[in-house]
Amino acid sequence: MLTYAIKRLFGAIPTLLILVTIAFFLIRLAPGGPFDDEREIPAEIKANLERVYHLDEPLIQQFGRYVLALAQGDFGPSFKYKDYTVTELIWGGFPVSLRIGGIAILLAIAIGAGLGTLAALRQNSRLDYTVMGFAMTGIAIPNFVMAPLLTLVLGVHLKLLPAGGWGGGAVRNMILPIVALALPHIAYISRLMRGSMVEVLRSNYIRTARAKGLPERLTILRHALRAALLPVVSYLGPATAGIITGSVVIEQIFGIPGIGRYFVQGALNRDYTLVLGVVVFYGVLIVLFNLLVDLLYGLLDPKVRYD
Amino acid sequence: MTEAVAAAGIAEPIEGRSLWADARRRLVANRAAMASLVILAVIALFCILAPLVAQHPFDRVYWDRISLAPELARGHWFGTDVNGRDLFARTLHGGRISLMVGLVATCVSLVIGVTYGAVAGFVGGRADAIMMRAVDVLYSLPFMFFVILLMVYFGRNILLIFVALGAVEWLTMARIVRGQTLSIKRREFIEAARASGVTNATIIRRHIVPNTLGPVAVYITLTIPHVMLVESFISFLGLGVQEPMTSWGVLISEGARQLETEPWNLLFPGAFLAVTLFCFNFVGDGLRDALDPKDR
Repeated sequence: MLTYAIKRLFGAIPTLLILVTIAFFLIRLAPGGPFDDEREIPAEIKANLERVYHLDEPLIQQFGRYVLALAQGDFGPSFKYKDYTVTELIWGGFPVSLRIGGIAILLAIAIGAGLGTLAALRQNSRLDYTVMGFAMTGIAIPNFVMAPLLTLVLGVHLKLLPAGGWGGGAVRNMILPIVALALPHIAYISRLMRGSMVEVLRSNYIRTARAKGLPERLTILRHALRAALLPVVSYLGPATAGIITGSVVIEQIFGIPGIGRYFVQGALNRDYTLVLGVVVFYGVLIVLFNLLVDLLYGLLDPKVRYD
Repeated sequence: MTEAVAAAGIAEPIEGRSLWADARRRLVANRAAMASLVILAVIALFCILAPLVAQHPFDRVYWDRISLAPELARGHWFGTDVNGRDLFARTLHGGRISLMVGLVATCVSLVIGVTYGAVAGFVGGRADAIMMRAVDVLYSLPFMFFVILLMVYFGRNILLIFVALGAVEWLTMARIVRGQTLSIKRREFIEAARASGVTNATIIRRHIVPNTLGPVAVYITLTIPHVMLVESFISFLGLGVQEPMTSWGVLISEGARQLETEPWNLLFPGAFLAVTLFCFNFVGDGLRDALDPKDR
């Protein structure tokens, strides 16, 4: 399994390289540049700026320079956030995004898998319809409607939680963003879980387990859950990478200093290095989590082997 | 007389039920899906007939009626926004844009995804490997980055926004169609077609693509709401449709700002969007159940 993991990691290098290439030339294709301001800058100053950041070189040379630096782990300086390197910006915001997103996804797994299993065990009962209706609502109501609504009800009317602001990362301020982040994932996971659990419960080995008189709780926890989790696990790979790299919407509404906003701001400001930095970072996370998913598959499903 | 009818009944040839006839029967029997279809039709009709249904033009500013709560007397059923424009008219007009975004972008993604997936699956071998590897790479590009670049590149042209969204949404469609194609192309009727000298392009068009339509139809009903969500998300970031035109996403993002004092600005467009997405998802689920022969 270890050799498999190492092989996969090395195999990811060309993929990441292609990713960097596409992202690099895509952002350069966009009209405008990082130093275009509403106020016209004098031509000499602009030329000086461009020389400092090597923007006056031919594009292919800049690309080579970027990839070489990247290979040494250097993301370069940010164009807009003066005096900050992209690495500093990412490491500044990532812990915040990771904490909120990580808690949200763990919550989503626990609640989603639980609700999905319950619904599957009582298929077509009132409980089933309630859970699935709730899940559908969670999918249908966008994040940026849910977040203000939660704030209004829990924050403004009931005054249970602070209605906004980050408060330096106090626990009370983290609850609402975490709930808003987790809700759509709870919804998706419970739907996935219900679907696969219904199928697993019909399979022969579950009938065998029940026939030999295994208590229902053990049948579900030890036998059914394992197989039913497979589709959820493959959903979790990209979902986790996405959620821990932050959400622009949630960060904007609750004023969270995460890295989700850099994806949008970087592209809008033509902050070339910043946006490439977060794209590469996201790409690496996607690769890592997809690998993790495949390894988990090996643990959950005895038919899957990695040699 | 009765004998004639009975005779005719016996003489009638036994009609085979095609997959689609079968699926339609099951879909019609699915009450949630049918109710959703009806609701969707009503919403779409209201949006299309917006100028006739609403008593006020969507872009007319009533200076003396700013931020009015919903009232029946002057025909502001949903109230007015901060600029004194009728929210009912704006919600319906916004629905036109949102629904159109959903449909056009989904069509674009359908065309690209089905063609790409069918070709990759049918040709197979190294071409398939390279084509699907390209899809993997595009998958690991952050979605927002892609969308924003496309918006920046094409400016704020509504039509191009549709196309851009479709151009981002085709990846999953391509995967689904490829998977289907891989199993279909081994079947006898493809071999028969090839033996009788049908060209590859025709085989893909006439034999492969029609047989992938089941899963594709399900995925379409899930793509439309997803595209609408993305559209509203882009609008929330202030990159969407421009004033005085509007969309549900724009209305929601404007409404969220006055949530505490004038909640109707968020609630009405939000409810319209949520109900529409809800219905599309139900139709998608119903379609999946109807097309799945295992689940009878």
